[in-house]
Amino acid sequence: MSIEVKNLTYIYSEGLPHEQVAVDDVSFEIGDESVLGIMGHTGSGKSTLVQHLNGLIKPKSGQVIVDGEDITAGRADMSRIRKNVGLVFQYPEYQLFEETCYLDVAFGPKNMGCDEEETQRRVKEAIGLVGLDYEEIKDKSPFDLSGGQKRRIAMAGVIAMKPKILILDEPTAGLDPEAKRGILQLVRDVHEHEKNIIVMISHNMTDVACMCDKVIVMDRGRKLMDGTPSEIFAHRKELESIGLSVPPALELIQKLRERGIDISEDAFTAMEAADVICEVLK
Amino acid sequence: MDRIICIENLILEYQAEEGSEPKRAVDDVSIDIERGSFTAVIGRNGSGKSTLAKTMNALLLPTEGKVYTAGFDTADAEHLWDIRQNAGMVFQNPDNQLVSAIVEDDVAFGPENIGVDPDQIRVRVDEALTAVNMYDYRKKAPHMLSGGQKQRIAIAGIIAMKPACIIFDEPTAMLDPKGRKDVLGIIHKLHDEGITVVLITHFMEEAAQADTVVILDNGRIAAKGTPEEVFSLRNVIQSAGLEMPFAADVADRLRAKGIDISEGILEMDELVEAICQLK
Repeated sequence: MSIEVKNLTYIYSEGLPHEQVAVDDVSFEIGDESVLGIMGHTGSGKSTLVQHLNGLIKPKSGQVIVDGEDITAGRADMSRIRKNVGLVFQYPEYQLFEETCYLDVAFGPKNMGCDEEETQRRVKEAIGLVGLDYEEIKDKSPFDLSGGQKRRIAMAGVIAMKPKILILDEPTAGLDPEAKRGILQLVRDVHEHEKNIIVMISHNMTDVACMCDKVIVMDRGRKLMDGTPSEIFAHRKELESIGLSVPPALELIQKLRERGIDISEDAFTAMEAADVICEVLK
Repeated sequence: MDRIICIENLILEYQAEEGSEPKRAVDDVSIDIERGSFTAVIGRNGSGKSTLAKTMNALLLPTEGKVYTAGFDTADAEHLWDIRQNAGMVFQNPDNQLVSAIVEDDVAFGPENIGVDPDQIRVRVDEALTAVNMYDYRKKAPHMLSGGQKQRIAIAGIIAMKPACIIFDEPTAMLDPKGRKDVLGIIHKLHDEGITVVLITHFMEEAAQADTVVILDNGRIAAKGTPEEVFSLRNVIQSAGLEMPFAADVADRLRAKGIDISEGILEMDELVEAICQLK
């Protein structure tokens, strides 16, 4: 499984006075089983870009090729594409609608044509994967759950469709630190279990650094950089100039280096930072 | 102590559905907020933070206990507008708070509603937009702005009411790093100018910059004190589902490795200094 994006351009309100190029000639590739991070300030085109990946919007020009098939072509079979590419929007808990958690998670697989038995199997598996107890939660109303649990159930609804590509638009926004750690672990577990491609939009630099194999930085609709997290976060000044930053661990180390301390830049978390600092102090 | 908000043994219960057992969102909380202070409230989702905040300007009324804002009992409907004018609120999602198609109309909405003289409204709107660095955008349409810009307009709408106190309910949760920095900068500036700030947040770094930090857990106060005091309570932080500010976390980990680093470090620059001194 792979995704290839070629010279993608999208224009909002084309022909109107406030016409805006939201995605401007963007190209990149995502390989099998990889985790891609997309960063950029608000309005940089991140969400518009990912909405092309399951054909939710059609580009002005350019191509999106999923597993060898051009999904922007007129003859593309959209229902099959959406089975393969699952998109979890920002604040997905606002999209819960069913009376019970079971029914909410079952909605996707049922719509795809899974029979009763297969649907139940998938719902059970998805609820387990998002770290909730199936028996305990299946008959509860999703609206009686905590914020973190609601988000898990909403994500389970997409995971139950077993997409080969799972796109997450700011999956941890608005959550408390504990719930946030839980959601990130969930994404790791799903990735490991399903061996799928994950595309994750995030404003949290540490999450991007720790989770992703590759990162794309967007600025005003254009792809400004791509590379491994280490490559991207070496450009602190450039990132800051477009309203982004580096993980605090790296900021700390870079500040220590500026003060003349010769220290390894190989740290994205507080734990890793403490390790490399300890090394130079001993 | 001159208290702008005074909460006494507050209990707040919700009834999720008719006939169901009421849920207690806030459970016997007492807090005094001093005029001109900066208080951060932290706690996991569902700990009662937003519910508590909404009692401060009478959006929610106590089930039991009392809330006094600017000296008025919030349960006293007669003083509702005195309370709302004294204590303004800014919410998480800027899109839910803007009402007009033009920025300056939106900011004028509050003062118009409380019957401010039209000449005065013009002055207040200009001052409020200048305070949030959005004066140049006064003729724009809010929906064409970024999240951080919209949030600053929402704040200007509150400032134009000339409140003594502003309660911010996770104002930066939906913003990108720059939007967060801008909005936080504005909040600190307003505090420096004498406005009392109550900030509800999931970002520990933001809480570390307050005078007082309150941890809510399960509707109760789990800890209250200066950031130095509160963030030294590792067990409380952990059981409340929170985390240490980054610099404090690293300092703790270094201490655990036998490095003699000073206590009470909360900010990145303090940590850099402390490490440089050891080198």
